[in-house]
Amino acid sequence: MVATQVTMKDLQSPVEPTWCPGCGDYGILNAVKRALVQLSIPPHQVAFFSGIGCGSKLPDYIRANGFNSLHGRPVPIAQGFKLAHHDMVVIVVDGDGDNYGIGGNHWLHVMRRNINITHIVQNNMVYGLTKGQYAPTSMKGFVSSTSPEGTIEWPVNPIAIALAAGATFIARGFAGDPKYLADLIAKGIQHKGYALIDVFQPCVIFNRINTYDWFRERVYKLDEDPNYDPHDKKMAWEKAHEWGDRIPIGIFYINEDQPTLEEQIPALAGKPLYQHEIPPKLEDLESLKLMFL
Amino acid sequence: MVKNNINIKLGGEAGQGVESSGMGFARAIARAGLHIFGVQDYMSRIRGGHNWYQIRVSEHPIFAHEPKVQILIALDERTIQEHLDEVVEGGAVIYDTGLKVDDNEIKSRGLIPMPLPLLKLAEELGGSKLMLNTAAVAAAAGIMEFDLSYPESVIRDSFGRRKGSEIADRNIRVANAAYEEARKQFAHLFDWKLEANPNAPKRMVINGNQALGLGAIAAGCKFCCGYPMTPASSLLEFMFAQARRFNLVVRQTEDEISALLHTIGAAHAGVRAMTCTSGGGFSLMVEALSLAGSTETPLVLVVAQRPGPATGLPTRTEQGELLFTIFAGHGEFPRAVIAPGSVEQCVYEMGRAFNIAEKYQMPVIVLTDAFLANSLRSIDIDAIDFRKITENIDRGKLILPHESGKIEEAVRDGYRRFDFNEDGISLRIPPGHPKAVYSVAGEEHTPEGFIDWEERMDNRIKMMQKRMKKLEVAVNDMRLPELHGPEDAELTLVCWGSSFGPTLEAMERLNSNGLRTNLLQFIDIHPLNWDSVADILTNSRNWVSVEGNFSGQLSRWIRMNTGLKPTAIVARYDGRPLNPVYIVEHLQEVLAKV
Repeated sequence: MVATQVTMKDLQSPVEPTWCPGCGDYGILNAVKRALVQLSIPPHQVAFFSGIGCGSKLPDYIRANGFNSLHGRPVPIAQGFKLAHHDMVVIVVDGDGDNYGIGGNHWLHVMRRNINITHIVQNNMVYGLTKGQYAPTSMKGFVSSTSPEGTIEWPVNPIAIALAAGATFIARGFAGDPKYLADLIAKGIQHKGYALIDVFQPCVIFNRINTYDWFRERVYKLDEDPNYDPHDKKMAWEKAHEWGDRIPIGIFYINEDQPTLEEQIPALAGKPLYQHEIPPKLEDLESLKLMFL
Repeated sequence: MVKNNINIKLGGEAGQGVESSGMGFARAIARAGLHIFGVQDYMSRIRGGHNWYQIRVSEHPIFAHEPKVQILIALDERTIQEHLDEVVEGGAVIYDTGLKVDDNEIKSRGLIPMPLPLLKLAEELGGSKLMLNTAAVAAAAGIMEFDLSYPESVIRDSFGRRKGSEIADRNIRVANAAYEEARKQFAHLFDWKLEANPNAPKRMVINGNQALGLGAIAAGCKFCCGYPMTPASSLLEFMFAQARRFNLVVRQTEDEISALLHTIGAAHAGVRAMTCTSGGGFSLMVEALSLAGSTETPLVLVVAQRPGPATGLPTRTEQGELLFTIFAGHGEFPRAVIAPGSVEQCVYEMGRAFNIAEKYQMPVIVLTDAFLANSLRSIDIDAIDFRKITENIDRGKLILPHESGKIEEAVRDGYRRFDFNEDGISLRIPPGHPKAVYSVAGEEHTPEGFIDWEERMDNRIKMMQKRMKKLEVAVNDMRLPELHGPEDAELTLVCWGSSFGPTLEAMERLNSNGLRTNLLQFIDIHPLNWDSVADILTNSRNWVSVEGNFSGQLSRWIRMNTGLKPTAIVARYDGRPLNPVYIVEHLQEVLAKV
């Protein structure tokens, strides 16, 4: 691929976001664009697959290929697409309800396949678009319209689950720091295999607990600790469980030694599948009949 | 003596090789130039239980099995307990001398008990009691005086290459000994014989799932995804087996939801893609089906039906999903439903399904069932002409992203994925070209593909009309039901899917019994030109719907669209396949009540 200059302007969509002023999604959109500019990926060479929720409207707000699908379902669509067009940069953008709730099973399985897609989960720890119910990642005791006395479930721990499931790139970002987030997204795109980027995304309307300030007081960057080695699964496991006064962001874990799913499928050794000539040769079809004689 | 007209049933426990030896024997008979129809029946367990395989043989093409048999091969005692009633007078019951069987009971029914030392031969000459099935099938060949070289050739092909010819040799030794023993002792007592016809054309022995696989590959399907579910699994397995040779991407997903979503993703990229499942898995896919409708994604979805509700009868057959597949999905969107009724139709309809999907940019459901999916039929090798598929591939208004020249020309004024035009079908350029960068959405969208966040009435109305218009146009590609038999008849049997074969034979029997009967087979179910269907049906004096379900779903669909009511319904919903005898008997019953 010849690197062409890509600018923020190239990525400008004609559609104005409908997000609330101050929404964390603006930071994520900005970071996604920065990452594409940083890597010189032009709009036609990237495809976004999103679920349903405020953040899943993102594909409309960036000039690129997009697919706004169903709640919890973008991950399998992205996989099918990637297998059919494996030289496209494929990015899934969905929310905590999509990926850690209704689509949880798809997520478990995409991680063990190590297909080369980047997965940005907008984690606001609340259901925003449906107006304020608790989410799979809401902290225990979180009061909402469906948990009036506080939730009585433990929150999902995306980092620990991803580690256990065999994800080969696991990171967490913060929408309040789009520059750092852009860097994480760029590294996720460059990673050969499945990359999870869980993003703290403050919902300024329905989550009055996990606010920008709440995160700013707590988050710190893993790469600021010279002793932290993201290739060390044990260290990653420990950091995955750090929560409270200090919450780590950055790359928790990376494993560059696993083959991708696409590399292991013989049909994808050459041209992308959509470019394969059809139908097959008549003599090959005729020879199929022999197995039935 | 009756020549080349016989029914053979082989029964035993799961794990005794009932299915493999039944299918092998059917293949051997087809190699001998005769026609076969093979049907299996098994339980949802890996070992134990009771399975059977039934083969019907004829000199003419056949489409169904018969309820009565001339040979019962029992690998266990239960087979005799369960199936003795099915053996006709003068028929043979073959079993191992070690089984506890009441010979007198068999004789008292006018049948011939044929105990043979099958297990002993298997162990002594083959070195394994697992070769009991080989011995038993060879014994059946012996009493029919069927040339053993045909079964031998099948044994060679099954074992010769895979595990070294030693196992084949041992099986053949066992087969020869059992054949000779059976022939010597019993052939002179048994009236039915098989005589090879070496002049017959070469014949394939193939089931519905394999036929669908052939059709899909010939149509250029490059992507197949599924989650195993009986009776669709063997289609997924067939595609896996051909993946290397035809450069396919075949994937087993975590569930059926994912299977259809993967298929949507691949189809969105411009690849001919399919998924396959049964009713339960299709239930899970329904939300994604609606997404395919909204995003106008062309794909093929095979639903191999089995009895429901819920897990139902997992290994049996039923035609209970006709109305479900027509209506499944939230919201209104176009789709086509096609129900092939024979293995040849499975091949060709699959070719058509991909064309219809891409021409109209909508999901196409191909509806089969366990009976059609699993039953083996012999067909002449030339009965499948792949050129009919490969030379008629129609991808509709599709330009692939690497066809740069075509794109440059087509999108001079910009590209709008869901542009409005007369036939409702928009230009489809899968993502990948700089001049066709766009978004699609399951949410109601603008012609550009953006979510219409204002939810405007005029856009909604136009988009609904655009999508539904495709269904109207697609009617031109859909075929009216096909009339078989005499044009002017007292009685018209109406059927769809796998009931076609048994109903065709039932029609022939009724005609030879003096009741002038014809048959109307629906392959295309939806959409249809219903005025024309109504014309055909109003010409029939009486029409009776023959279906493998409780409520006569096709007759309801016809009534919904034409207002016409059947005279009666022959409905079978005990999980067993229809057969000609069943149809004729029940027809008399239901007509008596009219």
